[in-house]
Amino acid sequence: MRKTLLSLATATAALALATVAAEAKVKACFIYVGPIGDFGWSYQHHQGALEMQKNLGGEEQVELAYLESVPEGADAERALERFARSGCNIIFTTSFGYMDATNAVAGKFPDVKFEHATGYKRDHANVATYNSKFHEGRYVQGIIAAKMSKAGVAGYIASFPIPEVVMGINAFVLGAQTVNPDFKLKVVWANTWFDPGKEANAAKALIDQGVDIITQHTDSTAPMQVAAERGIKAFGQASDMIAFGKETQLTAVVDNWGPYYTERVKAVVDGIWSQVDVWGGMKEGHVVMAPFANMPDDVKAAAEAAVEKIKGGFEPFTGPVAKQDGSEWLKDGERADNGVLLGLNFYVKGVDDKLPQ
Amino acid sequence: MRLELVKRPQHSALFSALSPFIALGLTLVAGAIMFSLLGKNPVEALYYYFIDPLRETWSLHELAVKAAPLILIAVGLSVCYLSNNWNIGAEGQYIAGAVLGSSIPVLLPGFQSWIVLPLMLILGMAGGAAYGSIPAWLKVRFNTNEILTSLMLVYVAQLFNDWLVRGPWRNPQGFSFPGTVRFHEYAVLPEIWPEAGRANWGFVFALVAALLLWFMMSRTLKGFEVRVLGQSPRAGRFAGFSSGRMVFFAFMVSGALAGLAGISEVSGAVGHLNEKLSIGYGFTAIIVAFLGRLNPLGVVAAGLVLALTYLGGEAAQISIGVSDKAVRAFQGMLLFFVLACDTLIHYRIRFVGARAARAGEAAQNV
Repeated sequence: MRKTLLSLATATAALALATVAAEAKVKACFIYVGPIGDFGWSYQHHQGALEMQKNLGGEEQVELAYLESVPEGADAERALERFARSGCNIIFTTSFGYMDATNAVAGKFPDVKFEHATGYKRDHANVATYNSKFHEGRYVQGIIAAKMSKAGVAGYIASFPIPEVVMGINAFVLGAQTVNPDFKLKVVWANTWFDPGKEANAAKALIDQGVDIITQHTDSTAPMQVAAERGIKAFGQASDMIAFGKETQLTAVVDNWGPYYTERVKAVVDGIWSQVDVWGGMKEGHVVMAPFANMPDDVKAAAEAAVEKIKGGFEPFTGPVAKQDGSEWLKDGERADNGVLLGLNFYVKGVDDKLPQ
Repeated sequence: MRLELVKRPQHSALFSALSPFIALGLTLVAGAIMFSLLGKNPVEALYYYFIDPLRETWSLHELAVKAAPLILIAVGLSVCYLSNNWNIGAEGQYIAGAVLGSSIPVLLPGFQSWIVLPLMLILGMAGGAAYGSIPAWLKVRFNTNEILTSLMLVYVAQLFNDWLVRGPWRNPQGFSFPGTVRFHEYAVLPEIWPEAGRANWGFVFALVAALLLWFMMSRTLKGFEVRVLGQSPRAGRFAGFSSGRMVFFAFMVSGALAGLAGISEVSGAVGHLNEKLSIGYGFTAIIVAFLGRLNPLGVVAAGLVLALTYLGGEAAQISIGVSDKAVRAFQGMLLFFVLACDTLIHYRIRFVGARAARAGEAAQNV
C-alpha cells in the first residue's frame, strides 16, 4: 500500500513538472476522420503534421495534438471546442464532414485559426479552406493504365459519389483516352472510405470481370494486396503503398500536406496568417507521384512527360471533352471552370457505369 | 475442462450495491497498468479521463449532448428487454425517426411557424414507432426471430437515408455533397441555456422519458404486465395479458423513443440530415440499458458514465497523446468489469472436469 502511495506521489510530482516543461511557441492541432494507421488519407495528413513540426524546429517550437477517428456529426463540434479551449492556435480539420462544426466553433473562438480541408464554407475570417488537385495524379495514372493494360479495361474502386471522387474517375479516363481512345473503365462503389473487407471484395469482383489494372479511391491497402495475389497491376491511394505490392504498384497519388502545413503554421507564428482558399496541385508540390515502378521505360517516360506538362500549367479537364452520353461538355481548348469541377456530378465518355444519383 | 456459471442461492445485497464501485476500482487499476505500460503517467491519464471533462460548464453541456440520445434509446430498450422482446434495431428506428421528422423542413421549407418543431418531434416518434412495429408484426404474425429482423432493418434504414440525402433530398447548393439543406430556425431544437453551452432540449426529453418509464414500471399495472409477460408468458396469459399486444407495445415504445432521439439529434445537435447520422447510438444504447440494469433511472446514470468515457477519451488523447485505440480499450475494460462484477455477484464459477473436480475438493479441504 505504501508503495502505491509513494508511486502516486511521484506521479503527481512528475505531472507538475510536465506542465512546466510544455511551453512551445505555437500549438497546432489536427482532427482526423480515420485512424492514423490507415496508410491512406488520415495517415498522410498525420505525416504532413509531423513534417511541419520537424520543419519548424521540433517539439520545442511546435506542440502537436491530434484526435483520430472522430465521427463527422455532433462529436466533431465538441472535439473542436475542446481543442480550441486547450490552447490550440491553429486547428486543421481534415475531412469534408467537419465543415459545419468548423465554422460553428470558429465563430466562438475568433482568435484561433481554423483550416478546413476539402470544404467550401468560410463563414468567419478565421476559417481558411484547402484542398489538392488529386485529379492531376489520376490523369497520369490513366495514361499509365492505358499503356500497361492488355484488356483495355481498368477497374476503379470508388468510395462515395461526391465531386472529388467523380473528378478522379473522369480524369483517369481522360488520361487513358489520350493513349487509347476506346479505353473503358468499370467502377464499383464501395460506399466506404475505409473497410478493407469490402474494398478487397470490390477488387475481386472487378478482376473477375476482366480488368487488369486496379485503382482505388478508398483508403485501405486491401485492393493493392488483392491485385498482388492475382498478379495484376494497381495504383496506390493517398500514400506510397509500395510495401504492400512490391511487384504490383505502378505508382500512387501521394497527398503531400507537409509543405502547406508548414507554410500555414509558420504564418501563425509570424503573425501573418490570413484567410485563403487554396487548391494546390503538382505545381505547388501538394500532389506528388510515388516513384514509377513495375513498368517499361517508355511508359515511365510518358508518365514523367505528363507530370512535367501538368507542372507547366496543363489542366487535365481541357476540351474537347464529351459527357458520358456523347454530348459536348468542353469545346476544343476550353478549360473546365473550377466551380463546375468542385460540384462535378456527371461522367465523361468512356466510363462504364451509371453515376449513383 | 470447462467453466460453468452456477446461480448463487442468494446474493449479497451489500455487494450488489457495491458492484459498480468495485468495477470502477478494478478499471482504474487495470487502466493505470495499461497507461503505465504505454509510458504515460497513469494518474495524469485517469485525471484527464474522469475529472477534466467535469470541470467546466461547456464540457458538462457536451456531456448532456452525448448522453441524451443514449439515455433516450436505452430507457425504451430497457422496457422492451424486460418484456423479453429483443429489439436490436434501435439504430434503425433512430434513423426512421430522424428521416420522418426531417421531412417537414426539407420538403416544406416555406412552412415556417412555431408548430413546425412539435410536429417534427411527433413525426419523429411516429416514424420510430412505426419502424419498430415491423419486427413486432413479423414476430406476432409469423413468429420470426425479432433479433434478426430488427437488426436487418437497421441496414435498410441506413441505406434508405443514404439514398435520400444523396438523391432526392440533397441540398442543391451543396456542390453535390450528400446532405439536406440546413434547417430553418423554427425547425431547430433550441439549446436549454445557450450562453453556457450546447446542450439542447433532447437531454430534458431523456430525463422526462426516464422518469415516466420508471413510474410506469414501478407504480402501474402496465409495468407489472411487462414484468410478468417478460418472466413467464404462461403466467401472463393466465392473468389475462396478451403477449402479442405486449410485443407491439414494447417495440413501439422503444421505437418511439429511439425516433425521438433521432429527430432531436438531427434538429438539435447537427442541424441538417446527412449520411453521417448513424454512428451507432442504437447499439451503444444496448450496453447502456444493461449497464443501468434495465432500470430507467439506472439507465440515466449509465448513459452519463458512458458519455463521460467518450469525452474523457478525447481529453486524454489531446492532453497526453494516448492513442485512440488505447482510449477504446480502456472504455472496453470499464464495460467488461461492470458486467463481470454484476455477473459474479449473482453467479459463481464452477470448473467442470476431472482435474478441476480434484482441484475443487482440494480447495474445500483447505
